[in-house]
Amino acid sequence: MTAYLVAKDLEYLRNDRVLFGDLNFEIRAGEALQIEGRNGSGKTTLLRILCGLINADSGQIFWSGQDIQKQRYDYSINMAYVGHHDGLKGDCTPIENLNLSHALSAAERKLSAHEALEQVGLKGFDHQICRTLSAGQRRRVALARLLISPSKLWILDEPFTAIDKSGIGELENMISDHVKTGGMVILTSHHDMNLTEIDTERLVLGQNS
Amino acid sequence: MKAFLALLKRDLLLAYRNRGELANSMLFFIIVVSLFPLAVSPESEKLSIMAAGVIWVAALLATLLSIERIFRSDFDDGTLEQILLSPQPMPILMLAKVTAHWLVTGLPLILVTPLLAMLMHLPMEALGVLMLTLLLGTPVLSLVGAIGVALTIGLRRGGMLLTLLVLPLYTPILIFGANAVQSTMIGLSVSGQLHLMAAILVLALTLAPLAIGAALRISVS
Repeated sequence: MTAYLVAKDLEYLRNDRVLFGDLNFEIRAGEALQIEGRNGSGKTTLLRILCGLINADSGQIFWSGQDIQKQRYDYSINMAYVGHHDGLKGDCTPIENLNLSHALSAAERKLSAHEALEQVGLKGFDHQICRTLSAGQRRRVALARLLISPSKLWILDEPFTAIDKSGIGELENMISDHVKTGGMVILTSHHDMNLTEIDTERLVLGQNS
Repeated sequence: MKAFLALLKRDLLLAYRNRGELANSMLFFIIVVSLFPLAVSPESEKLSIMAAGVIWVAALLATLLSIERIFRSDFDDGTLEQILLSPQPMPILMLAKVTAHWLVTGLPLILVTPLLAMLMHLPMEALGVLMLTLLLGTPVLSLVGAIGVALTIGLRRGGMLLTLLVLPLYTPILIFGANAVQSTMIGLSVSGQLHLMAAILVLALTLAPLAIGAALRISVS
């Protein structure tokens, strides 16, 4: 059974104003979805709804046909989220941070923490306390989290914040590779993505309001 | 179980790397108790009457002082989101958080208690009961406090609200804890109080982790 995510009639209100409504989309294995919109159009909110951190005011999200509110386990084992915050402990090393998130993920390990760090270009930073890393390096550690678990769906909120140009190229490759091997990616980015090789759909928020 | 140990280990490691902050609540506990002989009276009869109550009140306030830290940094740096998105059973993870908090704040309080009991001229035969009540009571303070923190963590200034929420729930523990020690001192049996405290502990251990998880979900949304 191939996995897929369906969002049906999503609506979210903020201060009694419709932030977005009637949102329907579908994403299957081997597809990427880029969410665009102006500041304050609800991109981050939509992503948080998609991971199940916030409840939509109406509408449902289905993972492989099952409502994610009811089948939380199945969904959370297959989903990895990198939000605005890096979700790293400043007083721990990248290795310690990655090992904890692996322990929390309950899934098989795809890559060791060391290998994942190497892939995101942080070779040799294994045992440096995260607080002393630069913002871009911390962002890379957060993204390395995606590589250690076999999650199919990646939900990324502005993944390229603070990352340098060559790093963005590497990360785009990482995303393309993931999609090509049957993964799914939903992301927001103000950066013009260079994901030509893969099937990328666009969803623009805030047009009707 | 693996996730429980991993989270517990991480929290203990973080506590160890921030030793200075931890010493705070411990120091507070010692200072509050040691000021009483100076302010009230150094006479041993007077002190020994109040000893149990003073130590219990100080332990309660020290816990209240440190409890917000249990989720504050996780909430601020986004690791709390990662924990909430984990497929692992939430109550187990919450139990790991509370256990780590108790090990670094509750347990040290119990360990210095004999010293403070001596300072307050608590009769030696009552010391055992005092330690036992603290052993049964402080985990409950951590568990119940964590529910309060989970509910108020999303608010800008939740400190006052946290105190108001949690204090009424702390009072039964305080009453039974201090009362058990008083009863021993006048030669009464204390098995009633101890059993009741043990029952409250079991109740809190089973129900509080569920409540903490649910409250955190509300707080991050």
